[in-house]
Amino acid sequence: MLMQEEIVAFYPPTQYYVSFITSQLWLIPTMPIVAAGIIALLKRLRRKASVTLAIVSLSTSLLLSLFAFMHVVAGWAHGVAVRETVNFTWFQFGVSNVDLGWLLDPLSAVMLVMVSFVSLLIFIYSIGYMAHDENFTRFFCFMSLFSGAMLGVVIANSLLLLFMCWELVGLTSYLLIGFWYQKPSAAAAAKKAFLTTRVGDVFFLLGIVWLFAQTGTLLFYNNGAGSIESAALSSLLAQPAAFGLTAAGAIGLLIFAGAAGKSGQFPLHVWLPDAMEGPTPVSALIHAATMVAAGVYLIARVYPLMQAGAQSGGTTAALTVVTWVGATTAVFAALIAVAQNDIKRILAYSTISQLGYMMAGLGMGGVAVGMFHLITHAFFKSLLFLGAGSVIHGCRNEQDIRRMGGLKSDMPLTFLTYTIGMLALCGFPLLFSGFWSKDGILEAAQHWSVAKAPFYMLVFGALLTAFYMTRQVIYIFGGHWRGGKAAHESSAVMTVPLAILSFFAMALGLIGTPAWTWFRAFLEGRAADFTWRGFLEPGLLTLMGVSTLVVLVGIGLGWSLYGDRSPKPTEPDALEKATPLIWGWLHDRLYVDELYKVTVIAFYHWWGYVADWLDCRVWGGVVAGVAWFFGLWAQLNRLLDNNLVDGGFDKGCDELAVGGGLLARVQTGRVQTYLRILALAVLLLAAILMWSSRA
Amino acid sequence: MTPLASYLLVAALLFSIGLAGALTRRNAILVLIGIELMLNAANLNLIAFWRYGPHPELLTGMMFAIFSIAVAAAEAAVGLGLVIQIYRHAHTTDLDAMNRMKG
Repeated sequence: MLMQEEIVAFYPPTQYYVSFITSQLWLIPTMPIVAAGIIALLKRLRRKASVTLAIVSLSTSLLLSLFAFMHVVAGWAHGVAVRETVNFTWFQFGVSNVDLGWLLDPLSAVMLVMVSFVSLLIFIYSIGYMAHDENFTRFFCFMSLFSGAMLGVVIANSLLLLFMCWELVGLTSYLLIGFWYQKPSAAAAAKKAFLTTRVGDVFFLLGIVWLFAQTGTLLFYNNGAGSIESAALSSLLAQPAAFGLTAAGAIGLLIFAGAAGKSGQFPLHVWLPDAMEGPTPVSALIHAATMVAAGVYLIARVYPLMQAGAQSGGTTAALTVVTWVGATTAVFAALIAVAQNDIKRILAYSTISQLGYMMAGLGMGGVAVGMFHLITHAFFKSLLFLGAGSVIHGCRNEQDIRRMGGLKSDMPLTFLTYTIGMLALCGFPLLFSGFWSKDGILEAAQHWSVAKAPFYMLVFGALLTAFYMTRQVIYIFGGHWRGGKAAHESSAVMTVPLAILSFFAMALGLIGTPAWTWFRAFLEGRAADFTWRGFLEPGLLTLMGVSTLVVLVGIGLGWSLYGDRSPKPTEPDALEKATPLIWGWLHDRLYVDELYKVTVIAFYHWWGYVADWLDCRVWGGVVAGVAWFFGLWAQLNRLLDNNLVDGGFDKGCDELAVGGGLLARVQTGRVQTYLRILALAVLLLAAILMWSSRA
Repeated sequence: MTPLASYLLVAALLFSIGLAGALTRRNAILVLIGIELMLNAANLNLIAFWRYGPHPELLTGMMFAIFSIAVAAAEAAVGLGLVIQIYRHAHTTDLDAMNRMKG
């Protein structure tokens, strides 16, 4: 096992040791995976045992993650940007090694804590939410497996290990979307999610293979010999690929295709809204907070590769693509979210839109900008989803926001926390984390050298976000109750995680304000000073003013259209009355699914038909011809066999039988005959001896 | 006639008597007795060749004879056991009646 510590940035590399926590980092993903294995072996009725196992193992992971985080923070406080890796060779083929390994650096430390913390809260929440489900044990088995795989993605120091965990995460996503597989829509959604992300993963795998072929290693960092360290990057840059891209750019784009599939970027976003067929805690954990963020994390992880060859202040082709795709997704999904009526679907489109923001943030502002939004989003979006779950639970599995209403008095705790989450998502000024992280992205967009359009797109997206969230909150909590039986507040096991998450949805903003850019400094390995002058950067206050204005306009617009109206469920939406045509487009999700239906799916149908025809007529005919020929050949062989081979064989057998019969007469069965022959033979021998000795 | 030759002559006689008995008798027990005679003839030869051989001081011939007697005793026990079993099975000790092994 090869171990080393690399010290980058603002301290010269002097120490070469691996801290205890890094050498034990593998335990973090292993704990929940082992727990999942054990739960899988438990009987279905062992509900308490399974949930205890899941939560204890995840708590251990959280504890270890916190240790790892503290270790990195301690190093950072002493002016050392920690980047410790543990690498080992998995197997060899030819002269190449396939190495795996894990690493601890600020990026993975932050993600570790976020993933294990949010997972743990959602596990606890699930105890309440899934209490009535008969497959409770299976649920926690899958959830544990998911958490372990996701933590594996986070600590992987090898693109191959990352890809393996990535696929494991995809598998558990499939299993959990289809958790209620008896519902045909859930089974179909699971398949759709699996296949759609597979499209991206094929490109991702191509990128991995290409990178391995070019650099001979898949380790990220390996003491200067890793695939995204400067030596490998300069060789990648020297290698031209098609369309004026270098190999670095092309591989970056291939990896981005994988990330786009997982993170629901346009045009591979179609699976994410359907994934809401899964249980709500699953939507919160996998399809809002962690797994869909894995794509963003992946881009952040290979950022040196994405950025390779950029002039100072410039950008690369790969990052430009990331930015445009992200910005497009942000606006596109926000538009669709405006006209949805399913509480979870609105949040799903909002997730897609926010993932677009993260991608755009990565593309324009760097790792810290995108990752900050990822972390804050993970908290407030899981808060929103869990709140939605609480609402659904309270309304007895009603998901249509038109059949809710007035819940602010029935479910006060849920209302309070949901509103906090909604304000964080909208980016309401100052108190809420979403404001600071979204502002970081907008600021980066404002200074982007290539084009100004993404900035306007993202501002428009922010307006839409504020609008659709206001609409949703008013529908659910405002007005009067429009459903059947009255709703009830959820139990403490569900509301306490909500309260904890809402605390973080507000407080997390503090670590990334312009006055104290702790998060950015931590990730980039710089010292962070607290200074009010951070706000005085040119244009920053104006930008904050603009974004505040945009949020207020969005909320005001929503309020003026939906406030205090409480329409009947059958009544058309306020926006529908205003512009029925555009409403129709948005309500039908801008026809992306339909487009795929008439293009990709129709093509596969046609191709399947052609393949079937070829199979029946062409290949079937060939097979039948071969079979006919061999049938004939067999007949010929049978004739030969019967007349030639069998005849000879029978003759030989007869001869043997006759010979045997003759020889059998010697065996009389009488002892004295044998003895007599023996005596004669001895006499004969004696005679021969005597005669020969005389001669 | 040397002493060795006379011993050998007695042994040859004994062997011939045993062989004749084993070949001519029908009764399985008498055949066994014949075989015992032949074995004893062989033992007599062993002793004679030892006694008048080049190293009479070594006890080799005696040892051979004792081994041979022990083996003969075992053989006689097995043979008699077989005969008893056959008698119980077929109520006869006539060897000519026991020809079921013929080919």
